[in-house]
Amino acid sequence: MARMVTTRNKVISTTAAWLVGFLIFFPILWMVLASFKTELEAFAIPPSFLFFHWTTENYVTVQERSDYFHHALNSIIIAGGSTLIAMLIAIPAAWSMAFSPTKRTKDVLLWMLSTKMMPPVGVLVPIYLIFRSVGLLDTRAGLIFILCLGNLPIVIWMLFTYFKEIPKDILEAARMDGATIGRELIYVLTPMAVPGLASTLLLNLILAWNEAFWTLNLSTLEAAPLTVFIASYSSPEGLFWAKLSAASTLAIAPILVLGWFSQRQLVRGLTFGAVK
Amino acid sequence: MGQITLQGVQKSFGPVHIIKGADLEIADGSFVVFVGPSGCGKTTLLRLIAGLEDVTGGAILIDGRNVVDVPPAKRGLSMVFQSYALYPHMSVRGNIAFGLKMAGVTRDEINRKVEAAAATLNLTPYLERKPRELSGGQRQRVAIGRAIVREPKAFLFDEPLSNLDAALRVQMRLEVTRLQKQLGTTAIYVTHDQVEAMTMADKIAVLNGGKIEQYGSPLELYEKPANLFVAGFIGSPKMNFVTGELAKQQGATTIGVRPEHLKVERNGQGGWHGTVSVAEHLGSDTFLYVDAGPQGVLTARYIGELDLHPGDKVSLIPEPARIHRFDDSGKSIRA
Repeated sequence: MARMVTTRNKVISTTAAWLVGFLIFFPILWMVLASFKTELEAFAIPPSFLFFHWTTENYVTVQERSDYFHHALNSIIIAGGSTLIAMLIAIPAAWSMAFSPTKRTKDVLLWMLSTKMMPPVGVLVPIYLIFRSVGLLDTRAGLIFILCLGNLPIVIWMLFTYFKEIPKDILEAARMDGATIGRELIYVLTPMAVPGLASTLLLNLILAWNEAFWTLNLSTLEAAPLTVFIASYSSPEGLFWAKLSAASTLAIAPILVLGWFSQRQLVRGLTFGAVK
Repeated sequence: MGQITLQGVQKSFGPVHIIKGADLEIADGSFVVFVGPSGCGKTTLLRLIAGLEDVTGGAILIDGRNVVDVPPAKRGLSMVFQSYALYPHMSVRGNIAFGLKMAGVTRDEINRKVEAAAATLNLTPYLERKPRELSGGQRQRVAIGRAIVREPKAFLFDEPLSNLDAALRVQMRLEVTRLQKQLGTTAIYVTHDQVEAMTMADKIAVLNGGKIEQYGSPLELYEKPANLFVAGFIGSPKMNFVTGELAKQQGATTIGVRPEHLKVERNGQGGWHGTVSVAEHLGSDTFLYVDAGPQGVLTARYIGELDLHPGDKVSLIPEPARIHRFDDSGKSIRA
């Protein structure tokens, strides 16, 4: 017998869900609110929630002090570039592992994932030295390269999981129907894999956009993306909460909007394979 | 035309020998069933013919031409998969039309053929639906539609009815047979269900352990099984086997009698004596499982109702002409 869901239970669980959602979202909301406060109000105790002197001066100051658009453009190029290259490498890799696996496929996959278990700081010094000697420090190419490598294991894993879900029979049916490999790819594989490709692309884009360890350590100004832009507001002269919040809000705004519009894809991507 | 010949076809996966040299002659327009227990290699053999697996040795001839190096798309065969393998993102129309589209047929021609196939298979009202909106039987029909529309040299069926419920399976069995006769296209059908094999086939190939044990018409297999395996596999309930003194008297190592060829007599004289251990009354038939002492448990089938119950003493008298004799190696001994 199916479990009865009473109205009362529904109200309770809905309220609980909204509460948890609000708790998770609160830091972001607080940051956005702080960005509209004056520096003094930003760390006033007790804090004021909505009734304060609303101002946009932080945004003006931030844009005057540092070039938001320069950093934003860097972020777009670095996140976009590393994602595209990672996808280009990962798609054929995942295809071959999903559709013609060998005895070693599983080991290769695990080995790739194991690289993510190592703390990046462990290889910071060698990577820094290599970057310095080949002239990649503070270049977009360098950051694209390192972020692409960093996210590649996850991208391959996600795509592999997706491709695995596509029944081999369907591809064989296409082959029996007279499709060449190319047409099989265009008419059968790609349409079936589009949701997987899209959510992998989105997730990788977000990961690359938010990546702070390598971008902070390997760039200063020329190639510096928005993470460096935010970090520059935590300076030795002191913490400027309102300005830091304004900078952070500006930095996350594009990816937040992208995430908002693609949340269905993202949720599907992250829970894929969990429920059949 | 669709004449298929297998000559010493072999297939190994690494060190595992799956198909150990298969020779077969499939006449144009005939309905051939590959039957055998799971793991006997019947699906592998079908996939070798389809070109979805490469042969390790031997030749596959389609209309006299060796196709072992020809990709599946160019062999001119079509296949119906156990899982239906429909394209989930295409409508029924798209699914049926796909093969024609790949072959570069004109749009008008495609529409005409798809609609004709849909009419044959009662799919016309569903042409614009997606596979997920169809029932199991309808999906199966779409898979068959996709196979027939290309007018292939032969149809390959890989256990196509095993995902359907019992009633639908019987109905589809009839439909597939009728359709094949109507089109006159060669068909190879893989199943583990010997009832399907017996009812559908012109000829049956019984496979076991990667070898074809016997190839012949259903009645040939029933009446003249080549060996113990075929004798035991074809027929339901299974043939009774008796070894020892009784077999020696007949000049054989093992003798076999089908349950329907044992005459049942209550407290009778002669034959094999035993006690009924289980009696199944189906109305149309009565199946008796008789504990016959040294001969083991024997099964007897009586057409109609027989008022016998566990514990009753019976004697089973085999029809002399229906006793199958087998030698040491399990091969049938023919008089």
